[in-house]
Amino acid sequence: MKFGVVVFPGSNCDLDAYHAIRDVLRHPVEYIWHQEESVAGFDCIVLPGGFSYGDYLRSGAIARFSPVMKSVVEFAASGGLVFGICNGFQVLVEVGLLPGALYRNTGLQFRCQFTNLVVENRNTPFTIAVEPGRVLKIPIAHGEGNYYADAQTLRAMEQNGQIVFRYATAGGEVTKDANPNGSLYNIAGVCNENKNVLGMMPHPERSVERILGSQDGLVIFESLVRYREGLR
Amino acid sequence: MKPEVWRGMGLKDEEYNMIVAILGRDPNYVELGMYSVMWSEHCSYKNSKEVLRLFPTKGENVLQGPGENAGIVDIGDGLAVCFKIESHNHPSAIEPYQGAATGVGGIIRDIFTMGARPVALLNSLRFGTLNERKVRYLFGGVVAGIAGYGNCIGIPTVAGEVYFDPCYQGNPLVNAMCVGIIEADKIRRGRATGVGNPVILAGARTGRDGMHGVTFASEELSDASEEKRPAVQVGDPFMEKLLMEACLELIENGDIVGIQDLGGAGLTCATSEMASRGGTGLEIELDRVPCREEGMTAYEIMISESQERMLMVVTPDKEEKVHAVFRRWGVPSTTIGKVTGDGMLRVRKAGEVAAEVPARSLAEDAPVYCPAFKEPEYIKQTSELDLSRLPDVTDAAGALLALLGSPNIASKEWVYHQYDHMVRTCTVVLPGSDAAVIRIRGTAKGLAMTTDCNARYTYLDPYIGGMIAVAEAARNITCSGAEPLAVTDNLNFGNPEKPEIFWQFRRAVEGMSEACRYFGTPVIGGNVSFYNETNGEAIFPTPTVGMVGLLSDVTRHCTQDFRQEGDRIILLGDTFDELGGSEYLYVLYGETRGKPPALDLAREKALQQAVLAAIREGLAVSAHDLSEGGLAVALSECCIGQEVGASVNLSTGGLRTDSLLFGESQGRVIISTRPENTEKLLALAGEYGVPSRAIGTTGGTELIISVDGNEKVRLPVPELAKKWRGAIPCLMA
Repeated sequence: MKFGVVVFPGSNCDLDAYHAIRDVLRHPVEYIWHQEESVAGFDCIVLPGGFSYGDYLRSGAIARFSPVMKSVVEFAASGGLVFGICNGFQVLVEVGLLPGALYRNTGLQFRCQFTNLVVENRNTPFTIAVEPGRVLKIPIAHGEGNYYADAQTLRAMEQNGQIVFRYATAGGEVTKDANPNGSLYNIAGVCNENKNVLGMMPHPERSVERILGSQDGLVIFESLVRYREGLR
Repeated sequence: MKPEVWRGMGLKDEEYNMIVAILGRDPNYVELGMYSVMWSEHCSYKNSKEVLRLFPTKGENVLQGPGENAGIVDIGDGLAVCFKIESHNHPSAIEPYQGAATGVGGIIRDIFTMGARPVALLNSLRFGTLNERKVRYLFGGVVAGIAGYGNCIGIPTVAGEVYFDPCYQGNPLVNAMCVGIIEADKIRRGRATGVGNPVILAGARTGRDGMHGVTFASEELSDASEEKRPAVQVGDPFMEKLLMEACLELIENGDIVGIQDLGGAGLTCATSEMASRGGTGLEIELDRVPCREEGMTAYEIMISESQERMLMVVTPDKEEKVHAVFRRWGVPSTTIGKVTGDGMLRVRKAGEVAAEVPARSLAEDAPVYCPAFKEPEYIKQTSELDLSRLPDVTDAAGALLALLGSPNIASKEWVYHQYDHMVRTCTVVLPGSDAAVIRIRGTAKGLAMTTDCNARYTYLDPYIGGMIAVAEAARNITCSGAEPLAVTDNLNFGNPEKPEIFWQFRRAVEGMSEACRYFGTPVIGGNVSFYNETNGEAIFPTPTVGMVGLLSDVTRHCTQDFRQEGDRIILLGDTFDELGGSEYLYVLYGETRGKPPALDLAREKALQQAVLAAIREGLAVSAHDLSEGGLAVALSECCIGQEVGASVNLSTGGLRTDSLLFGESQGRVIISTRPENTEKLLALAGEYGVPSRAIGTTGGTELIISVDGNEKVRLPVPELAKKWRGAIPCLMA
């Protein structure tokens, strides 16, 4: 399975995603420069974390206009797997591949810390390898991760299983205290209706090795591989 | 020219006369401006140079000592570590967010200028007390500024220190450190060589921000300093990210002859230093410098401190390729001149020569002063501390909680949760332990790093305080399982023209030098920040030590947290009746007095070697150095991390209980070890001649401390944690 990691000007977790896929997951991966106009040949496109174009406007608001994004949107429309992490999630929301918006954290501060995630839908290409009931310890690092969608959209998303991750306690309880950024209903990650596009604020690529304090992020990448193999 | 003109730029009359002698004529206004910034204390170290010679700067692994943009130490496998610390105190006092942000931006440029990939950031911060509204504004702004820059550019901020004392009320300290990794054969230096080679300016456009920033940094702050806001630069971390990637790509490909960043004193500094180091001259055309606004004068362009700019010299055949790389990264670049053989820095604008001076005279010929020094009067008063008049502690549990709630000891999570400390996925020991540890990708190695200075000690005795700053840094590095390599220092002091301040400076440097020599950790670079005074009141002398250490096997690192039930707790080192300069004395009695704890370098070194051996032999489950708040605070910190309690039995052995629990005697470390390894660990300590004692066992949900059989402390770990974690958020809410 071949991954592509998009590099926008200002991406800074591109290296981390690349490393996680190549050295830990051990699958082929290549960088895709933001000016590329095709993403042909890849099985999964990763939009990494960082501060694309400095995020001086709204996070992700400029990057969505990169040449590469046009082909990413087409790739997604044809069923291709698209995975946005942190800033990548923000870009996916801006470009309209995912519903909702990401506001500034309620505390108005950047937050970098480990969080615990419950997996609300294990029936997506990003979560099929997650054991039932497993709580994932994965860190966040963002200033604008406060997820919002209007009530109607949210209801539809709930019904369609598009809420994929929620912030929780280590024991898996979804509580107010476990919410690091004020996200609506503790939402940490969502997918589109077809489940082939997922965005999440936490950084699974930062928790793929024991020496980094957690390996729980690896199961998301492994899910993608298992899903892809299942298609063959 | 009227004396008011040069005096207004911060030049003394005799300095003006020197300039006239060098040029053989009166300087014009542009030239005068260039000399004034280059001969400021900030750029020329004219007051500190002589004293700085005391530092040991050589070592078999030192590839680059002081004098370049950053120092470099060999770490084997063809790799080297490059690091430096620098202050941005005055800008941060006036505009905390941008002041701190551009401090981070500046130190990052110093690292990638050498060709190193920046991999970690650290900082050392000082503020007044948090009950002042202004201080909360400064503290919040500085932390947000550091976060804003470091997070955006994608370099993890992994460690640091923050202290609060009224002496920093009007003059906070913001010292930023950056660590980079470089292939030892790819080091680049800021030298302009090769007559005829093009000179390229890349990065942000030049604007009117940061005019005379270095002059501003070289005078005391006062109520009128608010008017100096235009001297503060504005940062653009996105531009710096692009500039960094482009420069590192060019250096990696060997496309650059010499490179230097534009920081303090802007284009004047970069051009004159590069030419001076290269033994050449430079000719530049200011009409080619991309400016942010029209009508900027030669004077403004030459001394602007606009951020995110780099100057480089390339060979003519590489010129177009270099511009193409910058274009691909979206970074403006322009050829603005060429290297000449006549040693002159010649600046043209609109067809005229706007300035023409010997490059070397700007960079090297500033006067060197040996300021007078005299022991300050206060030392006699502060050194008196009659412990017999101080009642011994009765409520030890209450005192412990008070200390854990003191912002100087309390958890700094409020600070480092705002910093991305994990990006680049190499941070192995996160902020909050004695030193941060990062792995070096592609090798088994790791780097430990820390910043340290207890300025209360340095105030009470600059010599001992200076030694302790180095010793504590080395102890922190050692407790993480690394071998100390080298030091970068940030010497923050008051006005050196006052003999008492210069005495503090001299004594501190002497103490640091002795300790650096003893620990074999040369000083490979640093920064001096004088004039840290507000309305005539100086800060505590604050010589911050940034230290980096090497782990040959990064998996063998150690943290301070007790890990599991049933481990034995071993105290290494001796405790004395030493309460002078302690946090205990400050928190409970509001006093900064007495003599700082003594430091025996031989015993300290033996202790550190024993700790390192214990970690390497796998005998240490955790290791934590004892510092502010002494044994009781250190035990609490060991308990809080993983919420593992401990039961400890101590004997006074003739000491006061408060000295035993809260005294800050040096050369002490707590190690927890599996019970079956206890004897081995005690024996190992014995081999190094280090006193050691099993003082208790981990486990339970409480920290229980008994002294001579009497229970003095029994507190649930969550209560300790709540006090320790809650203190700063509560003050900032």
